[in-house]
Amino acid sequence: MDNSNTTHLKREVLVRLIRAFLNQEMKDLYKLPFEMRPKNAEVPYRCCIYKERAILRQRAIAGLGFGVENDDEITSLNEYVQKAMHRDKPDEEILTVVETACKGCVPSRVYVTELCQGCVARPCVSTCKFGAIQIKDGKSVIDGEKCKNCGMCMSVCPYSAIVRLKVPCEDACPVGAIAKNEKGHAEIDFDKCISCGACVGACPFAAVHEKSQVIDILKQIKSGKKVVAMVAPAVVGQLPVSVNKIAQALVDCGFSEVFEVAQGADITARTEAEDYRERMEKGDEFMTTSCCAAYNELVDKHIPELKPFRSETRTPMHYTAELVKKKYPDAVTVFIGPCVAKRKEAQKDEYTDFVMNFEEMGALFVAFNIEVANCKDYEFANEASKEGRFFAVTGGVAESVKVALKDFPEFYPTCVNGLNPKSVRDLKNWAKKGQCPEGNLVEIMACEGGCVAGSACLNNKRITTKKITEYANSSKCINDLPEGESEKVSK
Amino acid sequence: MEEAGKILVELCFGTTCFVMGASKLQEIESIIPPQYRKRVEVKAHTCLDLCKNATYMKAPFVKVDGEIISEATVEKVLKAIESKVNG
Repeated sequence: MDNSNTTHLKREVLVRLIRAFLNQEMKDLYKLPFEMRPKNAEVPYRCCIYKERAILRQRAIAGLGFGVENDDEITSLNEYVQKAMHRDKPDEEILTVVETACKGCVPSRVYVTELCQGCVARPCVSTCKFGAIQIKDGKSVIDGEKCKNCGMCMSVCPYSAIVRLKVPCEDACPVGAIAKNEKGHAEIDFDKCISCGACVGACPFAAVHEKSQVIDILKQIKSGKKVVAMVAPAVVGQLPVSVNKIAQALVDCGFSEVFEVAQGADITARTEAEDYRERMEKGDEFMTTSCCAAYNELVDKHIPELKPFRSETRTPMHYTAELVKKKYPDAVTVFIGPCVAKRKEAQKDEYTDFVMNFEEMGALFVAFNIEVANCKDYEFANEASKEGRFFAVTGGVAESVKVALKDFPEFYPTCVNGLNPKSVRDLKNWAKKGQCPEGNLVEIMACEGGCVAGSACLNNKRITTKKITEYANSSKCINDLPEGESEKVSK
Repeated sequence: MEEAGKILVELCFGTTCFVMGASKLQEIESIIPPQYRKRVEVKAHTCLDLCKNATYMKAPFVKVDGEIISEATVEKVLKAIESKVNG
């Protein structure tokens, strides 16, 4: 969801955290809520200044990389700072609900509004199979005990007077992994969660946070280690400057070198094309792509019967990190992208050490006072292809497989453009039947529009897609680039 | 140079402003109400130099006829334009 106010709040907390680290003022971090909401300050969003400060404190806890669920409210921010400065690795769970920020929305239900005209036809009453609607004082009233939330009454009301009240996070989640708990606050069931980030983007109170690893990354840089940034293809267009300037800005922040993950995407495309060819030649009905981390979580947790149809190919992040580690065995690798699920993938990946999202990257530039437009143009050591650079846009992965295949007469691509309850049902059906009526190469993107619609993007997907298209179109075809280093990584 | 008699809207697309929310202002020209559009000139700047040091938390910044709007949103900018047009 596009919300300037929540965006500003989250990013200001991140900038303050990073500045505190850079200025060696972490001991003063307990002041953060008071500095953002000083005495007698305006209270823009909540009931009182104390509530706003409590929320800011918990946002800072998430920014330090901790979950808020177990916060006892006694532990000071400085104690969290100490834990963050001394931990070896980030938390295993990657999302947290900032309980104080969660509104505790009205439970999802069907509701008759004041627009009800009390008409004579009363189609809502006659349509309801559960006898849940009665007329009281000339207007329709729903009995919550009987109502099954089927929505039939909504569809027949001639005045559109019946609506469904939504809980945005619950409504956005494609797998029912977030729901209100007994206290009325949102709670994530991590056994079900596929880390797609839909709830992060949907909450109008910005109550769902990623647990940031930015302090861990800054610690690595400060220690003098070679820390290599790997920028996802969606980085193009995140700021109104070239990708080369963004890469140089990362170097100015202390990263040793920057790799385009599009380089790894080229390896994914070639490997996936081979995998597809082999499967089709042995008679498989269809194959799905495997580069979307949230989709992979979906298959592993909810649709295991789809595993045989999912390509065995590793993701662009994995191949890029492998290239980095082969070149620099002691390097620390940091994936920089728009995606929540990459944090989960990185925990399982043998070559990726940390993940930073685009919001954190932006906050890093602000904290460092870097005007990216004034940076030099960084020269990437390796070239990536047009197809690899277009991976972040829906259709890009299928197109890359098509081009890498060169010639395959029975190639029928299709895209699942966004995971939602309907597309999840479709996937289950295809797995159950062992057939996909839409095509034999199924590209799957958890976010509608592709990675450019990830929850941590700095720019809107329409503009980013345009910039990526321009950048990709100025690049060589994947078949005109030598495989070179890609041949050395394990496929 | 802005045209005489036009209200000049200056958008800051420097790094700080963009990260803190100016990305939402990129398409403001297309949503200025038609009755005001001919009276408004929109210019984008790399940086208006209003965001450095402690004031970054007030970014994004926009100038409407020289008047600085901090924590600028589409709504705030349109309101400022309307106010200038109506004197």
